This record gives sequence, structure tokens and C-alpha cells, in this order.
Amino acid sequence: MNSSLFLSQLLNGLQLGVLLFLLSSGLTLIFGIMNFINLAHGSLYMVGAFVGAASYNASGSFLFSLFAAVAAAAIVGLVIEHLVARPLYRHDHLYQVLATFGLMMFFNELAIFIWGNRPYFVTIPEVISGSVEILGAPYPVYRLLIIVVGVLVAFGAWYLIQKTRFGMLVRAGTTHASMVSVLGANVDLLKKSLFMLGAGLAGLAGTLAGPILSVQSGMGDPVLILALVVIVVGGIGSIRGALLAAILIAVIDTLGRAYLPGILALVMAPAAANTVGSALASMLIYLLMAFVLAFKPQGLMVSAKR
Amino acid sequence: MNSRNWMRLVLPVLFIVLAAIPFVAQVVDEPFYVTFFARVLIYALAACALNIVLGFAGLVSFGHAMFIGLGCYAVGILSHYGISNGWIQLFVCIAVCIVVAVLVGSVCLRTSGIGFIMITLAFSQMFYFLMVSLTPFGGDDGLNIYESSNFGWFELSGSSEVYWATWALLLMLALFLNRLRTSPFGMVLRATHINPRRVDAFGYSVFRIQLSAYVLSGVITGIAGFLLANLTAFAVPSYIAWHLSGELIVMIVIGGIGLVTGPIFGAIVFLVLEEVLKGWTTHWMLVMGPIITFIALAGRNQFAWLKAIFNRPSTAGAALKTRPNGELP
Repeated sequence: MNSSLFLSQLLNGLQLGVLLFLLSSGLTLIFGIMNFINLAHGSLYMVGAFVGAASYNASGSFLFSLFAAVAAAAIVGLVIEHLVARPLYRHDHLYQVLATFGLMMFFNELAIFIWGNRPYFVTIPEVISGSVEILGAPYPVYRLLIIVVGVLVAFGAWYLIQKTRFGMLVRAGTTHASMVSVLGANVDLLKKSLFMLGAGLAGLAGTLAGPILSVQSGMGDPVLILALVVIVVGGIGSIRGALLAAILIAVIDTLGRAYLPGILALVMAPAAANTVGSALASMLIYLLMAFVLAFKPQGLMVSAKR
Repeated sequence: MNSRNWMRLVLPVLFIVLAAIPFVAQVVDEPFYVTFFARVLIYALAACALNIVLGFAGLVSFGHAMFIGLGCYAVGILSHYGISNGWIQLFVCIAVCIVVAVLVGSVCLRTSGIGFIMITLAFSQMFYFLMVSLTPFGGDDGLNIYESSNFGWFELSGSSEVYWATWALLLMLALFLNRLRTSPFGMVLRATHINPRRVDAFGYSVFRIQLSAYVLSGVITGIAGFLLANLTAFAVPSYIAWHLSGELIVMIVIGGIGLVTGPIFGAIVFLVLEEVLKGWTTHWMLVMGPIITFIALAGRNQFAWLKAIFNRPSTAGAALKTRPNGELP
């Protein structure tokens, strides 16, 4: 096994994990405080990717496109919160799932309606399109940048939740929402800003992922499923759990896809090993999820409430 | 005539109307109607099966497309190897569905509420990605089924054969569910949703009851997949995609959660609406999505406004309300 190849696969896994964390931290917080499951979260990711790509191609400024994508996703998130999520906060999860499922269909079709069915082309700015050598192996700067941004956001989220007044209210809100409201905090505003924050993070993940994955309708669906697996494994409502599970799942998934067929080839015929290996690799994270749930039904990190 | 007697007429009238469809299609010379309504009835069968867990037990399974896929691929893979005997295919389909339902169900039922929704979804996606990556069985492109299931004296060779087989199975299922709802098992199953702790205190194992319901539901959904494979002569991973799971839930919610005939009406309304919209624009999902969202928003109080109109006894609605304190209804 080539160690520099292994390292770059590990970094790929880390980078996927960071993207997953950006997506699942919003999802898990929205669930934690509002008891709302948002399947349209993947659509917010897609909105971020499309707006980011379109605004970059139009303006040529990467920073502007980042800003535009996050703002667009946050605004769409606010609209969703007001029109769909708010009336359903106190109702059965079934209706939340159904309503956001309808939204997801709508956004996927809307993307086709506006941008067409084919992947939307987007480039990386030249400054960050090169690669650096890590232990003798070239690694794209852009992917490293994603990891850095992700780590910064994870740190920012930790600071926001643990050290600020807003975070204090959020933490209190996850356990005693009505008490927080009685003490005079504007829980309504808190929910709105939290929803926007989650949506903005999803948009950021989308626009960052745009240049390395293909920007097209439905791109949010598989990532959403991964994010759901992440928050179930990490423990619903827990940010630390989301971070841990996102990295764990992304690294296992990436390494499994890269190495499982090769490992199986040691014990069976190459053609069979390739088939079985890739099939097994695609199931690996779900098996991990089943394994975690078999021992810890609440997930790895249990938030205070559950 | 009070509303209960009125409800009793719904089932026979519905099935007589459905039985007339092939003849009407023949008279107006539109064989497409038979194929279309065969698909409607297959989805109705799957939705009725899902209603056992979703309506009676209150377990929102978002992964029932997995069982449709299992049924489809049971036919597809066996006929790929030249086994077109319907009995063997049906046996394998049921056996595989039981094994998978027991395994998946035992893991999923360790969680409840939102966890259950997400995990059933994740498992069906796992199966979806498995079939996509299994290139020997067509992978992403799917598997053509050249020989339809042959039951000796009966072969599911065309749309009208599949239609009648599904019609008969759906009728049997509806009668069975009518009995099941008020049978001891059905009563305990519905009780597990209203107050699991009390059911536990009565000496029943909530887990076993829920798991039995999940397995039963999975097997019947698998048979729906078996029929679907024969109708389309095709097994493809998109039958397992989560859109189908979501659509089955929409059908149940349209028709009325926990009602025996509800999912059948729901399937008819949903698929006819989809067909009409498809004829109207290629971007039909742009309309269908908001309709689903609206249905969810309108139905969030278990369609209290519809119930008020029909003045229906609220047994179906009661099955959905949880009573955390455990007082009797």
C-alpha cells in the first residue's frame, strides 16, 4: 500500500467529512431545537451550489460567489421556515417529512427549469487551482481550502454555541424551549435565525462542493441521505456528535471505496473482488450505522434532552 | 343510513368499479388504461401494506420502496438465470422479504419517531446503491425481464393478466385488513402506537408486535414489487429510490391514515393527478411538489376539516394521537 496515496485518500475523506459536517450541523440543530426534520436541506445545498456557480461565472469573484450562495440559501431557508416549517413545528413528523419532500421535488424540478438537465459547468479560480506536495504526493489546493474552511466553521459553530448569548439561548432552547420563552427571550426570532444559519451552512457546503462534484438538479439528495446517516450515528441534536460522525463516515466511505476491492482481491478472483468490493463499499456506512445503533440506539453523542 | 353503514358500501362499490375498467378500456379501445390502472392497483397494494405499519402502528417507514425493489429483483434475477416458474419466484420473493424485514426491522425498531424515519430511509438507500453497483444485474441501467412469471395454469404475460391478479390480491388484502384491524393482533398493534408503555404492562412485547407488523407489511409490499416487475418487464434501481417511498406515504395521507380503503383511493388520486400533470407539462414536479407540501400542511391535523364534513367515527384519527400521560381515550 502506497502511503502517499493513502494520505491523499485520507484527506479526501476529511474533505468530504467537512462538507457533511456543514450540512448535518444545521440539520441536527434545527431538529434539536425545533423538533423539525427538514428533507429540503439537500435542496438548500443545491441552491448554494447553483447560485455560487452562476454568480462566479457572472462576476468572476470567488468571494462574492461564496457570499451570494450563502445569502441565497439563507433567504430560501427563511422563506421555507415561514411558509412550511413554522405551521408544522408542533405536529407529527410524518407531515414534516411529507411537506419537505414536496419542497425537495419542487426545487429539483425548478433547477432543471432554470439551468437545464445537464451538469452546470463551474471552474476554480486560478489562485487556488494548483496543487501542493504533501509527503511527495500532489494534492489540490482547493480541496485543502475546503478542509480549512470547514475546520474554521466548526470552530466558529463551537464558539457560537458555547460562548455567546445566542448559543446559550440555543442550548437552553433545545432542552427547555417554553421556559426560555417565559424568561423573555424571543424564541420565534431564535428559531428563524437558527433556520437561516443552518440553511446558510448548507449553502456554503453546496458552493464549496460545486467545483469538485457536478452541479446539477438532484445533487442534494444523496448528500442529504449521508447527512441523515451522520446525525443518526452522531446522536440527533448534538453538534459534537455530528462532527465526529461526519468525519468517521466520510473517511470510512472514502477509504472503503478506494481499498475494499483491492483487499478482497487478496482472497478472491479480481473480477469478483471488484464487483463484491464496490457493492460492499457502497453499503459500508449503512452497516456502520446499523452497528452503532445496535449498541447505542441514541447515537454516539447523546444530547442532554434525549 | 348512518355513516358506518355508508362506509360498508365503499369496499364492494370500489372493487366493482375497478373490475369494470378493463371492459371499459376494451370498449373505448384504449389498452393503455389497463396498463395504467394495473400500475395504480400495484401501488395501491403497496400503500395498503405500508398502512399496516404507518396507519395501524404509527411507524413512519420511509423505506418501503426497498421491498418493492426486493420483489422486482426476485423476478428479475431469477428470470435472468432462466427460472421463470412463478411459484419459485414468489417463494424466493417472500422468503427474501421476510429475512430482510426481520434484520432491518430489528435494527430500525430500536429507535422511534424521527430516528425510525431516517433509518428506514437509509436502509432503502443502502439497497438502492447496492443494486446500482451490482453491474452483473444491470447496475444503473436495470435488468430486462424477458420471461414473465409462469404459474402453470396462469401466466403474468400481459397487462390484463397482471391487472386481474393485482385486483384479486388487493381485494383479498382489503378484506384481510378489515379483519386484522379489529382482530386481537390488530387491536394490540394499534395500542402500541397510542400507549406502548401500557401495552408493555399488559404483558405484550411491543417490539415483537411491531416487528411482526413490519415483516407482514414488507412481504406484501414485496409481492407488489413482484407484480410491478411483471407489468413493466423491467427491474431497475429507480424502483428503490426514495421518491417511491415518499409517494407511497403521500397516497396514504391523501386517502386517510389507518383506513383500510384509504390508500386505494389515495393511489388512484395521486397517480391520476400525476398522469394528468405529465400530459400537461414536462415540468410536472414543479406543480406536484407544492401539491404534496399543501397536502401535508392541510392534513397536519389528521384532516380534521374533512372528518367534520363526513362526520366519521374518529377511530382512525385516534390511532395517531399520542397520549403521553397514558389516560384512556
